[in-house]
Amino acid sequence: MAHLSATPVLDPGQDRTMILNMGPQHPSTHGVLRVLLEIDGENVVRIMPDIGYLHTGIEKTCEAKFYQQVVPLTDRIDYLCPMTNNLCYALAVEKLLGLEIPPKAQWLRVMLNELTRINSHLVWLGTHAMDIGALTVFLYCFREREDILRLFEAVSGQRMMTSYFRIGGVALEPPLGFFDRVRAFADTFPSKVDEYENLLTGNPIWVMRTKGVAKITAEDAIALGASGPTLRGSGVDIDLRRDMPYSGYENFKFKVPVATEGDVFARYICRVQELRESIGIVRQALDGMPEGPIKANAPKVVLPDREKMKTQMEALIYHFKIITEGFAVPAGEVYQAVESPRGEMGYYVVSDGTAKPYRVHMRSACLANLQLLQKMCEGKLIADVVAAIGSIDIVLGEIDR
Amino acid sequence: MAIAPPITSIEQLKGHPAIARLQQWNPAVIEAVKFDREEMSITVERSALREACAILRDDPTCSFNYLSDVTCVDWYPSEPRFEVIYHLLSIPQKERVRLKVRLAGDAPAVESITSVWPSANFFEREVFDLFGVRFTGHPYLRRIQMPENWEGHPLRKDYPVEGYR
Repeated sequence: MAHLSATPVLDPGQDRTMILNMGPQHPSTHGVLRVLLEIDGENVVRIMPDIGYLHTGIEKTCEAKFYQQVVPLTDRIDYLCPMTNNLCYALAVEKLLGLEIPPKAQWLRVMLNELTRINSHLVWLGTHAMDIGALTVFLYCFREREDILRLFEAVSGQRMMTSYFRIGGVALEPPLGFFDRVRAFADTFPSKVDEYENLLTGNPIWVMRTKGVAKITAEDAIALGASGPTLRGSGVDIDLRRDMPYSGYENFKFKVPVATEGDVFARYICRVQELRESIGIVRQALDGMPEGPIKANAPKVVLPDREKMKTQMEALIYHFKIITEGFAVPAGEVYQAVESPRGEMGYYVVSDGTAKPYRVHMRSACLANLQLLQKMCEGKLIADVVAAIGSIDIVLGEIDR
Repeated sequence: MAIAPPITSIEQLKGHPAIARLQQWNPAVIEAVKFDREEMSITVERSALREACAILRDDPTCSFNYLSDVTCVDWYPSEPRFEVIYHLLSIPQKERVRLKVRLAGDAPAVESITSVWPSANFFEREVFDLFGVRFTGHPYLRRIQMPENWEGHPLRKDYPVEGYR
């Protein structure tokens, strides 16, 4: 929140331009983003994003919690992809601990992570299309999103703040019939993507509003720190799931959609193709779901099953110890990055050997992507600012933390 | 799964392209190296940071062309108090390296790398805002998350979690 007042960007004696304040309560800023625009008629001369309205000091809070207590905080960073954040944090701490995760937990994580990606992309597609004026898509997207949220509720008990991935595995065994429900969703979803594409991809109004708008070259995108579909829309072929695999992604076959134009339409195409690839990964995970435990064999780190606590003294003791004292993590530092729906989500965790993290830092993909706005909008029309903001898919909770 | 002990000898690690390149440039800039949990950390001398970044970015063998992240750790009350941490990624090689700079507690400052990667702009502003580390040569070093009139730097270890009330 850098500017309590509009920054004076007008030079004295120059009266062609004016300052326009957009947000923080603007419907197309997806949260509470404030953008200061210096405009000359319809043209944007300067654009300056102003963030910090959602800053809650999560990184500071993490330092005062036990390692396992940080998991629910990670949900709240990016409320559109809670599972991705859970996964990234859990992987980082597991790397610090040197924990081996059983295959079934890994496959469950991959499956739910891809459902989260679909969930997040659906919200992006709906709101982005609504910003540009295509209202119908929003209703369609939220229809399918509701199905995914019901699946999340079935598996974790929560629709949005799932906290389902824990350090050492996942929280609970999925309920009976859960995989059938996921399969039913996976079978119908591709036809739903066709529906969205029917409404948008060939729609002349949509194409005119997005093609050639807010262009960014590959060099600029790399220099400005873009990642995820925003970077791939400019022709840079990198996807951490494929190139630096984690959590068993090396066992899955999928294509990484890349477009070269670098405009709003290219980013749209990348994300819509990702919807199809993600549902393919979900189906592979269902077909090959291994049997076995869902938690690592590490009684000092992983909470025991409820049943065991009622019958075994050791389990009860471990449970008590973990809840009251946490568990010590060997000193060290790790940086774990995952491919979130928005790009490279990274957790940098430093341990000093105690039960509380010394430092947790979240590398936010949106914060870096937001820096592209200047290159995308300056010298262009003011009407395209909304399309540019929508196309980098920002979540302010993640930017401000 | 036991964790292998970290390797800190520069002799053992000089095969790594980033270390080899920095040694070839100027062996004095490397203060320490650590290979721990499959991750490479190189502590470089404060005044050489910007040039080291530019060299690692432009060198064809390592080509760390992407800046993932800039952050900071406060080791209060020990000195040097601050460690500013840069995570670099090589998109062609699919490889990461971590650069570190140690800064003393009174008036911590390091050269900004916005001239190497413009993406450092927001990251460095955030470190300045939350830790009070100054980046010399930054184009717009102002608070980014906290209100402009805020006092203190919340992520410092001597700042209470519940704040001052």
